[in-house]
Amino acid sequence: MSGNHDRGLALYRTMRRIRVFEEVALEAYRNGEFPGFLHSSIGQEAIPAGVCANLGAEDRLTSTHRGHGHGLAKGAAVDPMMAELYGRATGACGGKGGSMHIADFSVGMLGANGIVSGGLPIAVGAAQGLKLLGSHAIVACFFGDGATNRGPFLEALNWAALYQLPVLFVCEDNTFSAFTYTAGTTAGAGPLARAQACGIDGVSIDGNDVALVDETARRLVDEVRASGRPAFLHARTYRWFGHTATDMAAYRRPSELDEAKKRDPLVVQAQRLTGEGVSPATLAAIDAEVDAEMIRARDLAREAPFPPLSAAFTDVQDAGAPTWR
Amino acid sequence: MALMSFAEASSRAMAEEMRRDRTVWLLGEDVRHGGVFAQYKGLMDEFGPSRVVDTPIAEATIMGAGLGAALVGTRPVIEMRIADFVMPAMDELVNQIAKARYMFGGQARAAVVVRMPHGLLKGSAAQHSQTIENWFVNLPGVVVVAPATAADLAGAIKAAIRSDDPVILFDPKSHWKTVEDVPETVEPITFGKAARRREGTDATLVTWSQALPAVLAAADAAAERGRSIEVIDLVSLWPWDREAVAASVRKTGRLLIAQEGGVDGGFGSEVLATTLETVGPARLKAARRLGAPRIPVPFSPPLEALVTLTPERVTAALDALMA
Repeated sequence: MSGNHDRGLALYRTMRRIRVFEEVALEAYRNGEFPGFLHSSIGQEAIPAGVCANLGAEDRLTSTHRGHGHGLAKGAAVDPMMAELYGRATGACGGKGGSMHIADFSVGMLGANGIVSGGLPIAVGAAQGLKLLGSHAIVACFFGDGATNRGPFLEALNWAALYQLPVLFVCEDNTFSAFTYTAGTTAGAGPLARAQACGIDGVSIDGNDVALVDETARRLVDEVRASGRPAFLHARTYRWFGHTATDMAAYRRPSELDEAKKRDPLVVQAQRLTGEGVSPATLAAIDAEVDAEMIRARDLAREAPFPPLSAAFTDVQDAGAPTWR
Repeated sequence: MALMSFAEASSRAMAEEMRRDRTVWLLGEDVRHGGVFAQYKGLMDEFGPSRVVDTPIAEATIMGAGLGAALVGTRPVIEMRIADFVMPAMDELVNQIAKARYMFGGQARAAVVVRMPHGLLKGSAAQHSQTIENWFVNLPGVVVVAPATAADLAGAIKAAIRSDDPVILFDPKSHWKTVEDVPETVEPITFGKAARRREGTDATLVTWSQALPAVLAAADAAAERGRSIEVIDLVSLWPWDREAVAASVRKTGRLLIAQEGGVDGGFGSEVLATTLETVGPARLKAARRLGAPRIPVPFSPPLEALVTLTPERVTAALDALMA
């Protein structure tokens, strides 16, 4: 492996891990191996991969209902993440959260969130708390285009600008708000314009080019860290699957998905790397390693025990804690 | 003991906690000016704008930012101005704060205090006078306190700030200027410990928050008529002191719950049901719930009187209980 391509290969590997994690999860879900909602981020992998490559261990991240990629890219261990999907005791949240609430505080991943725009106020508050504590860590706040029509989006932008907080807002614009084209429900010139109206500057980029996301995020993260002020990254992408694993996306325009797949972020990066002289065998080796990693995580999750029933009554509250009955 | 208003007791308790722990800070609307009820007076001067954060009118982010700041290790006191204004922040309180520890499998602690001045305030009408503590008793994950005295308010503030659980503190909003005795050194209250405000043998009268003065006045009036009423101030609604209520009812055999908020689905129903289950029907000879009818708080003074808990209404309910 050539040293010149280490970063590009690492970005490729992160995207591949997100892709295969979700492919394995989708297959298991369709086999009926676990219930609930599974929101796939397939097609969007370049954004968490490119952004999180520029975050340090102390930096925090808030996520969304489509958050598997954020966790993996921030360094969350994969086995507990997969076990969490299965609701097992070995899950990242002991099985009590599931896909929509995966968190790994040990790597600064402050939680996926079942509420659209739920992470935005938490992100600005985390930044405010870190500032009060004298930390130099920053917060990356991921959210989708659908979140930009909710009130907390405006509130949090205003808040971060007002108090000069080190937050990188990352809008993963995957074209859809649940079952609806966001463009059809959104007035004005888009997410970046809304941020700029609050005095937060940033850029709008092709979110399927991981090298571009990486380069842009590096600049924005550096700015946020140096200035202590917020910045905004609007990354345009496309959601390959439906809103959830059971949504067949019948509302999608014909041929749109085929067009989007021509801009598969993994293919874009693979072509770049091979064009730069990386051998296809190197990429194939990464693919094989990642496949094995995710299959192993799935097999471990399948074999893991469910939490004891008493676990339903733990971690509610100390005062007035429920009793198991 | 020192005489001070509820607002002064609050300001003093806050200042003591902020001196004790540098990670304690306050955020909310107009706190820079000491808060809308002067319950944070002097804090800006002493602690400055990084720990006394005057916010936009943005309830969702006031609440949610408090959670975010708690998740990185600070202890925010979230001021909601009045309880009615928590509605735009219900997602952040109910879906995020109350559940963060649980749904993340114990990785997170949402050590926040949410202060909500609540209850009837004369002439404030349907959106500024609600008494809704019962909603939050139904919410797993939070401690709910509704102190009635200045000393308990100060003690509740201290306990709430030191708690690793999220605590919803309902300030009695008609009483900010009321002056009472407060100890020189206020200790944190113990959540789930009621206060017996009056000893009696003929009936148990359970109340909390700003209903207490009317209840005590009615108990005094009853004493003049030869009735001995025991008054229990719950102070804390979750957890709440089932044992104190049950012990009193075992002695008196009669139970009246007097609450400012609505009777239907109110916390008084929980107190009555639990007590009946605990002491059994043979020991509970008579029980009644008193509170507001199921109407929004009206503005017009004679209509507002219909949702006001007065000593006369408590007396009438006691008469019915004793009949």
